Amino acid sequence: MTGAPHPRPLALVNARLADPESGYDGPGSILVQDGLIADVLRTPSLESPSHDLEIIDCRGALLAPGLIDIRVKTGEPGAETKETLKSAGRAAAAGGVTTMVVQPDTDPVIDEPAMVDFILRRARDTGLVHVYPAGAATKGLRGEEMAEIGLMHEAGARYITDADRSILDSRVLRRVMSYAKGFGAIVSHRPADPFLTKGAAATEGEFAGRYGIPSGPAIAERIMLERDLALAELTGACLIVDQVTTKDALDALSRAKLKGLKVFATASINHLSFNELDIGDYRTFYKLNPPLRTEDDREALIEGLTDGLIDIIVSAHAPAPAEDKRLPYDEAAPGAVGLETLLPALLALHHERGLPLIDLLRAVTLAPANLLNLKAGRLAQGAPADLVLCDIAAPVVIDADTLVSKSKNSPFDGRKLQGRVLRTLVEGRTVFEAAS
Amino acid sequence: MDLGADIERTISAHVYPFPYKHLISVAGLTRPDADDLLDLADGFVGLNRQKEKKLGLLRGLTQVNLFFEASTRTQSSFELAGKRLGADVVNMSPRTSSMTKGETLIDTAVTLNAMKPDLLVVRHSGSGAAALLSQKVGCSVINAGDGQHEHPTQALLDALSLRRAFGEVSGLIVAICGDVLHSRVARSNVLLLQLLGAHVRLVGPPTLMPAGADRWGVEIFHDMRKGIEGADVVMMLRLQLERMQGAFVPSVREYFRFYGLDREKLAKASPKVRVMHPGPMNRGVEIESGVADDPEISLVQDQVEMGVAVRMAILATLARRLENA
Repeated sequence: MTGAPHPRPLALVNARLADPESGYDGPGSILVQDGLIADVLRTPSLESPSHDLEIIDCRGALLAPGLIDIRVKTGEPGAETKETLKSAGRAAAAGGVTTMVVQPDTDPVIDEPAMVDFILRRARDTGLVHVYPAGAATKGLRGEEMAEIGLMHEAGARYITDADRSILDSRVLRRVMSYAKGFGAIVSHRPADPFLTKGAAATEGEFAGRYGIPSGPAIAERIMLERDLALAELTGACLIVDQVTTKDALDALSRAKLKGLKVFATASINHLSFNELDIGDYRTFYKLNPPLRTEDDREALIEGLTDGLIDIIVSAHAPAPAEDKRLPYDEAAPGAVGLETLLPALLALHHERGLPLIDLLRAVTLAPANLLNLKAGRLAQGAPADLVLCDIAAPVVIDADTLVSKSKNSPFDGRKLQGRVLRTLVEGRTVFEAAS
Repeated sequence: MDLGADIERTISAHVYPFPYKHLISVAGLTRPDADDLLDLADGFVGLNRQKEKKLGLLRGLTQVNLFFEASTRTQSSFELAGKRLGADVVNMSPRTSSMTKGETLIDTAVTLNAMKPDLLVVRHSGSGAAALLSQKVGCSVINAGDGQHEHPTQALLDALSLRRAFGEVSGLIVAICGDVLHSRVARSNVLLLQLLGAHVRLVGPPTLMPAGADRWGVEIFHDMRKGIEGADVVMMLRLQLERMQGAFVPSVREYFRFYGLDREKLAKASPKVRVMHPGPMNRGVEIESGVADDPEISLVQDQVEMGVAVRMAILATLARRLENA
């Protein structure tokens, strides 16, 4: 983000507004001034537009808050060939994502305030969208000693996490949670028993058994989650459950939420879209971490989204270049890029499953914004003018080779979806515009 | 009279128009595919017992044996098979380290492809490696074992051994015993034996049984005595040494006590029982020497002999397809 002066005021007219905060889904217009939403009108046009106003006719397309993706990996610093903050920013803009939270498992690890500051500065200098880092919970992600949680929180880390790693030592996680709570910092934790999932590349079951893929049982998620929830109860910490993927874990989550614990759950769009059978004949683009589960699990996740058990949807953007993917299945890198496909994949749940658009949008806008204390994520006067304009009915065929992301490892490659991002605005500036 | 040329003509006329370019797994084979391969292999058994064993079916073709995992027995079996059919055979055993394993596979594939081999026999520790390789090369790929996935020629040679010992495979009760979890031999055999109409049982401790195996259409036993009761065939699997001593089973002696094949347990099987083992055997761990070496019941030597014949059949079949292409 550059500090350049803001362009002249802007009016986006003749739109279909969808605002998860007010629940409004209908015709309207938005006025933008000084990078902020100056007014939200529930009329398609303006009565008396002033002369210096730039007007964009949305032609009835969806105008929604820009997406907030709280689980993104780039390769910066340390693995810039996979993805940089700049290339991830361009991918985000192309996908209608206006805010992303990047993971601390870089090289070096983001486990001290100088690294938090580095990410913020790099993103400011090179990025198109808002970028916030998450800070490591433990030094070097080793799961042994607490990282400088307070200093990182103060420097701008949005939450604390050891990313893909589960903290095995319950005493360490307890202290991380207690300590973070003292600063009002949120802890995110991946629930997976590392012993049960050691060496696993798939979910234990008939599929992995047939194909001889090393696998771990799905229950490994619930086992760790039950402990995490108990520690959240003990410490009173605010916990993000990083990517719920199994039905069993949802049951545990449901009990914790009933108890009134401050627990929020994310689900990745991949686990909402695919099951383990998509791996088929060892297609490594479907090798994810956590691995894809059964169709029953996927159905349960979609239900969990409707029930409100799952609060936030993430892209789990994890770039991996071809040389890391074109390997025998157990040697291939896990993960999928997702910034550019998040919105159309989300819309598939609306078009194909009939989930209300406003609820789906809430999971990628207002819900993460409220949790991470961001002003974006809503169409409200005074909120940053981070917006996405999208033709939600337009058919698209995902072609991984045309993705903006430096790495092309998309499991959606070749999929027919609906939803084309027409324009993305960050603080009132157009950062992406589709070729017409 | 030129016996070799005679056989060559017969074999050549017999080769079934195999519909696939590669042999990656048993999973894609149909009953006629399997029957015809076995018929053809049966013909080669006679040839291999003659003094003059050499044919010219693969003359001019290059066969590369690419073994990322060492295997004297399978590699020499493929080498003999290729040479007896007149192919130029090259053995390659790329050195692998955990750091460069994957790179080696693709890089080697690309390099090899440029040398224009016709038949590529591959063994690799990663499940799916043979399938991946087949996408990167122009020649026919034969899977000689990929991780814990499949080992199709082993299943075919086992089927041929059984066919010759019992007349037919259909209706046989076959108990596959031991480390099913890590065994590609077991996976290929379950598929092929079922295709040929056998009843398959899996026997082993729960820690060595794949999840979901109960949905493979097999019977699962954890008590070996019950598992081999009335069985016509007891097929033992090799237990890797590193998987004993506490990881999957507590100790060698405990394993042998409950899952090792000895005379006492074998007495439960059918009176005409035959015993198989893909080799190499851990004597005294999964099988007692007395059982393994008893010519009345052991098919272990037959398996090795059938191995060459089956591999000749595969090579000839895929090569024939190359000519037609």
